[in-house]
Amino acid sequence: MSVPRYWRETKYRYRLIGQMCAQCGSVMFPRSGVCSPCGSVDLEEVKLAETGHVVTWTVVRNPPAGYMEYAPYLVALVELDDGVRVLSQLVDIEPIKMKTGMRVEAAFRRVKVDGNSGIIEYGYKFRPLIE
Amino acid sequence: MKIDRGVGIVGYGAYIPMNRLRASEVKRVWGGSGTPIEEKSVVAMDEDTITIAVECARYAVKRAGIDPQEIGAVYVGTESKPYAVKPSGTVVAEAIGATPNVLAADYEFACKAGTEAFQTCIGLVSSGMMKYAMAIGADTAQGRPGDALEYTASCGGAAYIFGKKPARTLAEIEGSCSYVTDTPDFWRREHEMYPRHGNRFTGEPAYFKHVIGAAKELMGELGTEAGDYKYAVFHQPNVKFPIKAARTLGFSMDAIKPGLIVPFVGNTYSGSTPLGLAATLDIADPGDRILAVSYGSGAGSDAFSLTVQDAITNDRRLEPAVSRFVDRKRYIDYSVYSKLRGKIVK
Repeated sequence: MSVPRYWRETKYRYRLIGQMCAQCGSVMFPRSGVCSPCGSVDLEEVKLAETGHVVTWTVVRNPPAGYMEYAPYLVALVELDDGVRVLSQLVDIEPIKMKTGMRVEAAFRRVKVDGNSGIIEYGYKFRPLIE
Repeated sequence: MKIDRGVGIVGYGAYIPMNRLRASEVKRVWGGSGTPIEEKSVVAMDEDTITIAVECARYAVKRAGIDPQEIGAVYVGTESKPYAVKPSGTVVAEAIGATPNVLAADYEFACKAGTEAFQTCIGLVSSGMMKYAMAIGADTAQGRPGDALEYTASCGGAAYIFGKKPARTLAEIEGSCSYVTDTPDFWRREHEMYPRHGNRFTGEPAYFKHVIGAAKELMGELGTEAGDYKYAVFHQPNVKFPIKAARTLGFSMDAIKPGLIVPFVGNTYSGSTPLGLAATLDIADPGDRILAVSYGSGAGSDAFSLTVQDAITNDRRLEPAVSRFVDRKRYIDYSVYSKLRGKIVK
């Protein structure tokens, strides 16, 4: 990801902010210029829930470039408590302990690091709920 | 430094990464005659001082129950900044939603950078320049492989939000005192990965002189003595030092035990005293008095006298206690530790 693009996305990735369509009420994440269901461009920012549950998950053992040092890692489809579904890495849990439906919460983590001199990209990942 | 106007802690939050390296594992690899602690916390591959700072800052905001836009300053005290040039404070401020009208900077004073930021925040809210100010002490400390510091240098942090009455404070600050001299007990030069230290020189002329000096100075100014405090927290580079400092000042083991987490977490450097104070606030009752004294090599100590307020009883249970993070753990061996801390040449 280019530095300008990372910068444009920080608020949304740091704070889990999505978009709500003013016409049909659909909530989208990540943000988009157009409402997927109705095509409206009348969109407002909306803070998403930071807790949810795992719908399904998998283990990535052969990751794309830039993610090798994290492998093997978990990727999960998380349904937030407000109904929005988010695809995210899952951290602080071993694959053998994963269960569909388990409660998770947003964590703030490094997502990608551009070598020793480039930008460090931060953003959300999910982890088992700490209560 | 007495405070003219009532300033207190309106929220606090802690975070400790879940990886643990047993001290016996370091001893297995490098030898040695004993182990100074049980185990220490280690970051995951995708964690650093900024992610730790954001996690504890978020808990502090939730516990305070305030609008982050009302926070006028975000200071991160650390000696392990992810960037040599690019502030950690801006990332934290952005992540908690405090930007753009906010002061943000990183503080450095070895292990007392976080409490140094406490004093700045107390001054900022006391003067009326802002409603709330946040100070964070967080580190991902490193010790040279095989060095005595490798047993203890660990990762974690805690964030504090300060506000002025009539804000609902969890603990009121009665006064603060700093005791600073030029003492070369521990240092890390630019571009060096690991620090160097003066071995036994880090004891009497460094840690004890400053910690005891700051504590005595503050208690003298406030007219208090050890018996006036229910709890005390001292910087925890190992288990021996804070216990010896406590005994020298007349504090019992019962007074320091709630905040003494170093045996199970290690020395979280700038996070050490803030985490110990957070663990103490977790169990303290309204009316209890707490003495907290940090230590930073180079060298200096900041001492604080606090009185716990009624609001703590309800508020403190809203977010995870320090003990929750101490108990949340996953053991790793020395090889995984080496990968996570960048000790393997690729």
